[in-house]
Amino acid sequence: MTAAAAFFYLFAGLTIASGFMVIASRNPIASVLFLILAFVNAAGLFVLMGAEFLAMILVVVYVGAVAVLFLFVVMMLDVDFAQLRQGFQQYLPVGAMIGAVFLIELLLVVGSWTIDPGLVQAPLGNVAAGEHTSNTVILGRVLYTEYVYFFQIAGLILLVAMIGAIVLTLRDRPGVKRQNIALQNARTQGDAVETRKVPSRQGVEV
Amino acid sequence: MIGLSHYLTVAAILFTLGVLGIFINRKNVIVILMSIELILLAVNINFVAFSTHLNDITGQVFALFVLTVAAAEAAIGLAILVVFFRNRGSIAVEDISMMKG
Repeated sequence: MTAAAAFFYLFAGLTIASGFMVIASRNPIASVLFLILAFVNAAGLFVLMGAEFLAMILVVVYVGAVAVLFLFVVMMLDVDFAQLRQGFQQYLPVGAMIGAVFLIELLLVVGSWTIDPGLVQAPLGNVAAGEHTSNTVILGRVLYTEYVYFFQIAGLILLVAMIGAIVLTLRDRPGVKRQNIALQNARTQGDAVETRKVPSRQGVEV
Repeated sequence: MIGLSHYLTVAAILFTLGVLGIFINRKNVIVILMSIELILLAVNINFVAFSTHLNDITGQVFALFVLTVAAAEAAIGLAILVVFFRNRGSIAVEDISMMKG
């Protein structure tokens, strides 16, 4: 067995095992951590396939952003997760049955189906992986020319998601004192200080 | 030799795990969202596997867009979850019935 095959089985096995633990773990925080492990191992699979850029993006975006977002939300919410797990056993048989049927169908499709070898020889895209260009260069060449509009739309989707998430979760609480800088700057000595003549032995009314 | 079918098998198993997760964790929205992430990851593995096997970069471009949409979806989904928890004090799926849909 070559090193590549060994690493494939390592990454694939760990991905599947941690994917299973994501759905089977009792503790949602453990689920999130297993999700991170699954993503890291999937990034390893991507590297093995030769898609280095996507592998690094997977680590940065998923492990660095999405999974941490999940972790934040799981830790922030004060939920009784044990109570949410009620009915786990009840749904398990039908879920397992559907899953088994689904998996068998998918594997039958994968096993019984071949690609026209002519298609492999003549790539559909305009750029084939060359000897001297890295995966990132190839991806960038296509992404910023042929798919530039899709790229812009992807950016727009992220912008809308960001605005949406902020608008959804932002709330203004009544009764909170806040600093008003404009008001502070507009204050003059006339507003703030009052000069009084103090008569002797009488004091000043406040 | 590790070929296309190996990667497709891994992706199929991962996809099935995601679907199974939605079925058996029907009450917990967070785990359902994580299952959706697993499904999208499986789809991405498929895209990249075909991309390298067919020597065509388009699959990787598409996987990149799938990743983008998955990140946006997770952010919006979790924001909705936080707002819902703030209003109702629960994230159980069966409590999400205000709209009687």
